[in-house]
Amino acid sequence: MSNVTWVRRRRAIGRFWADFRTHPSGVVGLVILAVAVVLALVAPLFIDSSVTNVVSGTGAKMAPPSLDDPLGTDESGRSVLLMIWWGSRTSLLIGFLAALLSMVIGTVLGIAAGHFRGWIGAVILRVTDWFLVLPSLVTALVLAAILGGSTATIIVAIGVTSWPSTARLIRAQTLAVEARPYIERSWALGAGHWHITTRHVLPNVAPLLLASTTLEVASAIVTESTLAFLGVSANKTSWGTMLRGSYDWGAATAGAWWYILLPGLCIVTVVMAFTLCGRALESVLNPRLRTRAHA
Amino acid sequence: MLEATDLHVEFSGRGSRRARAVDGVNLSVGAGEIVALVGESGCGKTTLARTLLGLERPTSGKISYDGTPLSYSGRSLRTFRRQVQLVLQDPMGSLNPRHTVYEAVAEGPRIHGLPDEEAVVSSALARAGLRPPERFFQRYPHELSGGQRQRVVIAGALALDPKVLIADEPVASLDASVRGEILSLLLRLRDDLGLSALVVTHDLGLAWNIADRIAVMYLGRIVESGPTEHVLKDPQHPYTQALLSVLPESPNRIVLTGEPPDPTRIPTGCRFHPRCQLVAAGKGTEACTTQPLQVLPATTDPQVSCHVADLVGRDRK
Amino acid sequence: MLELDELTVTYRLESSDVPAVRGVSLELAAGEALGLAGESGSGKSSVALALLRLLPRSAVVGGRVMLDGEDVLAMKWGRLRAVRWSSASIVFQGAQHGLNPVQRIGDQIAEPLLVHRQASGADASKRVRELLAQVGLPAWRARSYPHELSGGQRQRVMIAMALACEPQLIIADEPTTALDLMVQAQVLTLIRQLIADHGISLLMISHDLSVLADVCDRLAVMYAGRLVEVGPSSGEFRHPYSQALAAAFPTVGDPASRLAPRGLAGDPPDPQQLPGGCAFHPRCPVALESCATSDVQLRASGTDRTAACVLVGE
Repeated sequence: MSNVTWVRRRRAIGRFWADFRTHPSGVVGLVILAVAVVLALVAPLFIDSSVTNVVSGTGAKMAPPSLDDPLGTDESGRSVLLMIWWGSRTSLLIGFLAALLSMVIGTVLGIAAGHFRGWIGAVILRVTDWFLVLPSLVTALVLAAILGGSTATIIVAIGVTSWPSTARLIRAQTLAVEARPYIERSWALGAGHWHITTRHVLPNVAPLLLASTTLEVASAIVTESTLAFLGVSANKTSWGTMLRGSYDWGAATAGAWWYILLPGLCIVTVVMAFTLCGRALESVLNPRLRTRAHA
Repeated sequence: MLEATDLHVEFSGRGSRRARAVDGVNLSVGAGEIVALVGESGCGKTTLARTLLGLERPTSGKISYDGTPLSYSGRSLRTFRRQVQLVLQDPMGSLNPRHTVYEAVAEGPRIHGLPDEEAVVSSALARAGLRPPERFFQRYPHELSGGQRQRVVIAGALALDPKVLIADEPVASLDASVRGEILSLLLRLRDDLGLSALVVTHDLGLAWNIADRIAVMYLGRIVESGPTEHVLKDPQHPYTQALLSVLPESPNRIVLTGEPPDPTRIPTGCRFHPRCQLVAAGKGTEACTTQPLQVLPATTDPQVSCHVADLVGRDRK
Repeated sequence: MLELDELTVTYRLESSDVPAVRGVSLELAAGEALGLAGESGSGKSSVALALLRLLPRSAVVGGRVMLDGEDVLAMKWGRLRAVRWSSASIVFQGAQHGLNPVQRIGDQIAEPLLVHRQASGADASKRVRELLAQVGLPAWRARSYPHELSGGQRQRVMIAMALACEPQLIIADEPTTALDLMVQAQVLTLIRQLIADHGISLLMISHDLSVLADVCDRLAVMYAGRLVEVGPSSGEFRHPYSQALAAAFPTVGDPASRLAPRGLAGDPPDPQQLPGGCAFHPRCPVALESCATSDVQLRASGTDRTAACVLVGE
């Protein structure tokens, strides 16, 4: 790469960060996410999976928040705080990977369906529609039941059932982008399919993709907890399995609000952080939105 | 140099009917020549231009460059693309809003893997009249004026060192006072680099401004062609006469009724006869409604495709 | 009939004020056709919208707009609504967007009639047939939807809508842009005929001087929010900008413009950063040194022509 290109890249990154900082809500979202991810990553340095062991619970059963257990305990006397901390690893991992899987499948098929007119596009579109009308939760349940309840299975089950809406969205955006005259100009310059899709279509659908992925991570976390609630758990503690536990053990009737509310609050906070971050990214990455804000 | 021979382009439209957008065209653009392709919207002039660029495949007939017929395999199409380049009507739309001027101009050289990218970009921008080029590298399209944007598009084409430019309404969306500068640029590129150009337009004034030769298109066919002075000052075809007569400064108007007819339903005989003012005035012949006309050959001499104009021409001699 | 007195339009933006129109005074007599020419950003469309107070909220309008002796800018909302359509109506460019795609065109033409005149259904549909006939469309077209019409036919429908309440003034903003040469000629012929038959005043706005000269008695040329020249459409332009604008659309057959396209260097100015002195001086081919510092007002040049240039009238 020539020197000019490198200087340009660095300047672009600097400009990007300067723009991003002008969106306070985006910065808040980013900080929350960073904290959540860092906490999840460093958790093994302080605790291990034994905090989720039903027989190693040290506190009283369903004890309200106290100095020993700041966020109370569950039905087996385990610390809710430590469970949430350890469970965040599973929840975030499933959320990220399932969303990534769904995004990759959705983007590739969406762009292909929009870019290749004729029979290729038509076939992809039919397949997408077929997946779209499948009740995705039921499909995910069945898939998870057949494949067993490992974390990888849950990720695949969520990823494989949630891509069609992304594909539809990306296809529509691809069609809109490809109708622009600069695509025609690019063809005339001698561009091939790879150049058109990666240099023009992909960067144009990226902001949309980002927004849709943030929601996808959020919905994957929610789907995971739904699956756990319906009995197909990842065999590991996550915010979802904690919610199920709270229902199973009648936390609501027992008045153990900390057991229900806190995992739920974690889900809401992370989902919100993703959304704030995605919105800010979108307005920074799209130069046309940027000028409109100025003009 | 760039030549279309007996070109037909059809589209399958709604229902079973096929639209014959280009219905038998012979056209050539010589080295260092500027040819204007004139017609109303829907006459097939844009389809013809896209086919000449290899963006649309002809149903039959062929495109040849320097005597070699264009084949649609990847490699030969790529070599062809370096010779024949495109300038579109809307410069804002023809530039990716996310790309800087540098990236927009470097796109062609990158696709073709040309060495010394930065020098190529600089010289292309300078030749398109954006000086000093370095000042424009980091700008985005929305930061430029309409005229500057169109210059960037032209620079993007020049970066590949083409021999022919195909410009589709290159100034139609520009401000009136900027038009002249862009047209002068096309003329200068012809003089300095020997660049040929095919300018597609509905604007006869523009053709008068820059074209050496004019081809008038009606419903998929060229109905009259020849040197600009000849066609615009002494039009032979009744359609060309009507087009010229509705220009604001002309004294006697021949306003044709109706709008350009449908390429899915091309009339029998002469395709212009339902709107022809000569036929309407009873000056037509029986051949006008029954006998199809020959496709005009690709020649630089004045020629016209009309049953009646031939007679008129003979009478004059 | 219509009188503009030092009309100004300023768009208030977050960061700064953008002066789009900087003092335009014009008069339009009853039955007269006036052409207003200019490029993008010259303020010509802001003038048209200001006449009927159709500008967005961010626009601040100053000066006076007198329509039949009444100040439009001081009118109450109810009176303004009555004035729109019935005394003055506007024909926009882009006939595709001006029509509701899901309503039959007959109903759309009848709408202002029903709103302003309380005409009964039967009277309204009779009037719709008359209006369609006036713009050269068959009566059965009233039952068509906009997408079933061609561009020229849609523009005719727009004109029929403007005529519905028999206004005394029609404002036409780029009525023929985006239309083909032949269709443009048809529409211009129609407009010329209608204003002659009904004695309607016309304010026509366009970037194309030759189109304006074709229909209008007088021409006004705008640059950077001001008038630079006003005069009869026959006769030579005196301001260098008007001359350049006229040369941009050459006369076919004129040997001077053959293989010699003429334009101006540079671009129309950004209203946010207007040059000092005469706003046109950076692009002017005949600018003097003083033009960069001293502003010029319209001054007489001959009997009924004014131009804002130091080289004129001395």
